[in-house]
Amino acid sequence: MRTLLILLAGFGVLTLAFWAYRENYATQQALREVKALQREVAALREAIAVNRAEWAYLNRPDRLAELVVANVGELPLFAITPEQFAALSNLPLPSLVPDEGMAAEPGDP
Amino acid sequence: MRTPLRPLPQILRARVEGGNPDLIEAENIRLRHEEMRERARATAAQRIWFLTAAFCLLFAIIGLRMGVLAATQPIEPGIAEARAEIQAQRADIVDRQGRVMATNLVTHALYAHPRDMIDPIGSARALAAIFPDLDADTLARQFTSGRSFVWVRRTLSPEQRQRVHEIGEPGLLFGAREMRLYPNGRIAAHVLGGASFGQEGVDSAEVIGTAGIERALDQRLRDPALLGQPLHLSIDLSVQAALTETLEAGMGLMNAKGAAALVMDVRTGELLAMVSLPDFDPNDRPNPRVTGDPGDSPLFNRALQGVYELGSVMKVFPVAQALELGLVEPRTVMDVKGPIRAGAATVRDHPTTPRVLTVAGIIAKSSNVGTVKLATQIGHGPQEEFLRRLGFFAPVPLELSEAPGARPLVPAKWSDTTAATVAYGHGISANLVHLASAYASLVNGGLRVTPTLLRRDDPALGERLIAPETSARMRGVLRSTVTQGTARQAEVAGYYLGGKTGTAEKPSRGGGYVDDKVVATFAGAFPMTDPRYVLVVSLDEAEDTTGTEARRTAGWTTVPVVQVVLRRIGPLLGVRPEPEPAETVLADYLVLSE
Repeated sequence: MRTLLILLAGFGVLTLAFWAYRENYATQQALREVKALQREVAALREAIAVNRAEWAYLNRPDRLAELVVANVGELPLFAITPEQFAALSNLPLPSLVPDEGMAAEPGDP
Repeated sequence: MRTPLRPLPQILRARVEGGNPDLIEAENIRLRHEEMRERARATAAQRIWFLTAAFCLLFAIIGLRMGVLAATQPIEPGIAEARAEIQAQRADIVDRQGRVMATNLVTHALYAHPRDMIDPIGSARALAAIFPDLDADTLARQFTSGRSFVWVRRTLSPEQRQRVHEIGEPGLLFGAREMRLYPNGRIAAHVLGGASFGQEGVDSAEVIGTAGIERALDQRLRDPALLGQPLHLSIDLSVQAALTETLEAGMGLMNAKGAAALVMDVRTGELLAMVSLPDFDPNDRPNPRVTGDPGDSPLFNRALQGVYELGSVMKVFPVAQALELGLVEPRTVMDVKGPIRAGAATVRDHPTTPRVLTVAGIIAKSSNVGTVKLATQIGHGPQEEFLRRLGFFAPVPLELSEAPGARPLVPAKWSDTTAATVAYGHGISANLVHLASAYASLVNGGLRVTPTLLRRDDPALGERLIAPETSARMRGVLRSTVTQGTARQAEVAGYYLGGKTGTAEKPSRGGGYVDDKVVATFAGAFPMTDPRYVLVVSLDEAEDTTGTEARRTAGWTTVPVVQVVLRRIGPLLGVRPEPEPAETVLADYLVLSE
């Protein structure tokens, strides 16, 4: 009985040692992966920042104004004027919606 | 020493006395056992104490370690070094809707270790071919002078970097840099200011603000805890761009040498647009001029640093105060025949100004005489106090590095003469931000607003300056300028613009005024039925040359520009034109007495 216990304990120690050994290497591998991922995240963040800057640069008001002028044939875009606002009641439509709710809407930013 | 279990003398004595020697042995065995037990107990106690101490020590170590772990930031191993690359060293600046106005780009600086160079002359020539602004001879001299370190360029584009790589010179090295980029170019240049490199090292360099909000909020933008959060400005990029565009067109049409304009929310004091022309590109900020008038430099922010005598736009303050004090009503008819004397000054009106006007008419037709008469009734003490409360005596608390330097000029001693000239806007100098904040208070129900360039989500109204009823009357009075007075050309149907024009002669260097150089200003708000935005537009040395003779008054120069500006930015601000206001919302005041 006693011998069996000692054998079992010895076996347990060996198993645990093997497990710890494997865990150690698995952890080191995971850390390496994390590091690689961090580097990738950093590179992607940097790329996002560059893309955001580029997007802002391509959407700068000066350039959009130039594009509007250049493409006025296909896309007749013009600056919005006050005359383009109207109350719903002024439209020649059968009155479906009461004007109350809509009245305040276009004015709100 | 071990005592024997059966000591001979005792045994012999016991045998003689007929006793049992075994008893003696048993007794001795008992004593010995007692002694052994005693010794074992002591050892055990010692061991227990030792174990207790060991456990206490271990627990203390574990406890301390746990405390240390709990107190430190939870950082995954391996993340710390990556973080330095991820985070920019300066926070972005975005407009009120989150559109990028300033951001960072990673770039590289180029430096040389001439001692490691294989072909210094050839490299110098190759570099000069890549960068046209570098001189091959100068570089060659630097590379061969025996120095161990030479900066070649601060920033490189990726293409340039590749071409430098292709030279294949081991003595040319790159250092990581972060560059400030303003993607919108010159839009809002004066607000943003600019940035440049501070302390430079090989691997990194500080980016520091040199002007504008970049400099004023440098600490906030570089705060490591706030790097991830962009700074939200109150500026609306589309309004700012539209205002720049229309103002530039107006400036050209009216032959002005400069222009400035502001749009302010009347309830929060946020500036939605702040334009000063001519402007510059903050990506390539020019150096300040050393000769000539700094006011002519594109770096000069006319809306903030342009501290001028603003002229007739200041007339609304004595009128508002007279209404507030109950001295007059907007419909009160006054005799405004000039000239009149006030202290040492003689005040007269333009020859075409009517002789009899209502109080609303004094504003609408811009009567100097009428304003001075009201100011005389108010008295110079209360007048000074009112202007002080409106903020005309202190620099505006705007988040720009130039703001504290733009000190208004006010009379040192307030006399009857100064009271009269100040009433129509001479002898007191302020900038357009002062004017916009004061107008906001007049029309928003009478509460003070603090101008700001940072987004506020809630109304930020301060102390009461005038009663709500006075504010309502002022809205009607200001509206009459556009319906019947000097600003009729600014009318845009449905927007109920109200305001006041002002044409101030510029002071000449030798003293006195130059009568053919004026600053023409319009200050107002819309819609007067329920004011939301203050609009201030100012043209410097504008003249309308379409007629037979040059016309310089604001009514002919600034007001037509205001009309174009309002048509353009009104819809962008989301203000819906109202077909007809109820009579009770906006009083309609007659200008001329019947």
